[in-house]
Amino acid sequence: MLRFVVRRCLLVLPSLLGLLVVTFLLIRVVPSDPAVAMAGDAATPEQIERLRQQYGLNRPIWEQFVSYVGKVATLDLGESAFSRRPVAVDIAQRLPATLMLTFCALAISVFVGVPLGVIAGLSHNAWPDYLLRVFSVMGIAVAAFWFAIMLQLLFSMELGWLPLRGEISATIPRPPRITGFMVIDAMIAGRFDVVADALRHLVLPAVTLSLGGLATIVRFTRAGVLDTMQQDFVFYERAMGYRRWRLNWIYVLRNSVTATVTQIGLLFGGLIAGGVVVESIFDWPGIGSYTVQAILTGDRQVMLAVTLLVGVVYAAVNILTDLVHGVLDPRLMERG
Amino acid sequence: MIPVLSVRGLKVSIRTDEGNAEILDDIGLTLERGRILGVVGESGCGKSTLIRSIMGILPRAATVDAGEIWFEGENLLAFSEAELNDGVRSSRVGFIPQDPLLALNPVFKVGAQMLEIMRWHAPDNGLRGAARRRAHVERLVSLLKRMQVPDPETALERYPHQFSGGQRQRLLIAAALACAPGLVIADEPTTALDVTTQHQILLLLRELVAEFGISLLFVTHDFGVVAELCDDLCVIYAGQTVEAGAVQAILDAPSHPYTRALLACHPDRATTFLGIPGSVPSPLARPPGCLFAPRCIDAQALCLTGRPPQGQARSGAEVRCVKFA
Repeated sequence: MLRFVVRRCLLVLPSLLGLLVVTFLLIRVVPSDPAVAMAGDAATPEQIERLRQQYGLNRPIWEQFVSYVGKVATLDLGESAFSRRPVAVDIAQRLPATLMLTFCALAISVFVGVPLGVIAGLSHNAWPDYLLRVFSVMGIAVAAFWFAIMLQLLFSMELGWLPLRGEISATIPRPPRITGFMVIDAMIAGRFDVVADALRHLVLPAVTLSLGGLATIVRFTRAGVLDTMQQDFVFYERAMGYRRWRLNWIYVLRNSVTATVTQIGLLFGGLIAGGVVVESIFDWPGIGSYTVQAILTGDRQVMLAVTLLVGVVYAAVNILTDLVHGVLDPRLMERG
Repeated sequence: MIPVLSVRGLKVSIRTDEGNAEILDDIGLTLERGRILGVVGESGCGKSTLIRSIMGILPRAATVDAGEIWFEGENLLAFSEAELNDGVRSSRVGFIPQDPLLALNPVFKVGAQMLEIMRWHAPDNGLRGAARRRAHVERLVSLLKRMQVPDPETALERYPHQFSGGQRQRLLIAAALACAPGLVIADEPTTALDVTTQHQILLLLRELVAEFGISLLFVTHDFGVVAELCDDLCVIYAGQTVEAGAVQAILDAPSHPYTRALLACHPDRATTFLGIPGSVPSPLARPPGCLFAPRCIDAQALCLTGRPPQGQARSGAEVRCVKFA
């Protein structure tokens, strides 16, 4: 078990090194002269030279790389040109909102998608299967922004059931910031009306964000179940009189979700970055809207930091995915 | 005394894209209490479909067109799926599958899988909850001991891939006996094993029949195994029973041309490899006469026109051939 975990963690190190090299090259090498690019068109040669000194751009490239790695390791990600605050502070400020949204979206995708996938797989080529196939193609094809607007029109504008945008109603005093997660902070403050309000704000963005992943999970789970149903052990279990629902939902399912777990891992990284559209539409104060702002204002340090963040999240989720695989299938754990 | 299992005139067909495939066409067999009946046939003759019919797990596209399956005085074909699952599988009919390497669920502990079966099908002896489960574990451990599985206590906590093929087959035999059934159906349980292991498993099965008071339906393609293990024999060709009787009588004096040809092919008996010319008729397009006639060296004009009647040979065996009508 320990060997398995350590091995997985070590395997991620080359990916992280690659991430550092690529981001470094993007920032320092791709612009022919980064100092000129940073200073802008109207800069005098003296200003450019000063920038070069300040950022160490006249030192050898490997020295620059080492100092870059050191800065990243100490979370010194520079200053946002837009907010004039350290990027790390901005991200720490906004990350909880994005994580909350991502986890909720993922939870919807998994807890709705996996059962639907099993149902589709069990009713292979019968009507539930056809219906779910249409649904999952739609889920992948429909643009998130269109779906978001439709939800807003129906549930906010027409029915008035759910708030249109934001993380919390403007009229409600924000709970003191402790964890940064609005719902949790409100709970700590003992303000359950605030908890309810925050949860109501979560529903539409989370549902929108879950859609693509939901469809993917349905498809992969369905394929996994279909594959497992062909296995000898399923016939054996039926012949030995396993209870039908326990057979399907425990003994078949656990063998069928390998590909689904891989997909969930991929989705998670994608959701952090893919929240861009959803966060913009719902005015969600997370990493996604921060990124949009950075791109629009050409805020390079922020773009760099977000790239690094998404890369690190992918790496971490990769380890987690491997662990879940190991727990689901003891044979993998033994191979180490 | 009524037989444990008696199959009469069983016909099963499967709908395919090319038409209706007649997989079983008039299967008959009788298994007497406490005996071992070998069902022998080439691959594709309908052995698996026969087993699936008895256990009520036919593929969706299959239908039983005619026949009866009498088990301890009840017609299994009249049972609903729920009745089969609640009152027949495991509790009254145990099953030993073909490939021990593939039959156990790879991601669950062996003990969890066997206890799942016992949880729903083992007699409860008035026990409930944790006490009942403890009794089940005890029974499993003693069964594994009897099956000569090494370290029976820890075996339940291990995963299938941590056992060898022969050990896994012993686990599956223990599982088949766990709920004390009267009938055990074994589907080529030794085919996937090497020869020495095969021999040990056959000896074990032989002992268990008397020890646990079971009757055994043993499906195989191997006459050598039948000779070593079985009391009675039923030879199947293209979904029909062609010869049925006591093993020794049939081995000494095989009557049906197919039985004779099959025995002549067996490596223990054949001096040169001959094989049977021709091939099994397609279940989609079956000849009007005797199904074996196109490959039979003794075939007469009569054989090609009508289905041969059931007759009795001097050995006492029931034979489906005009020569014995």
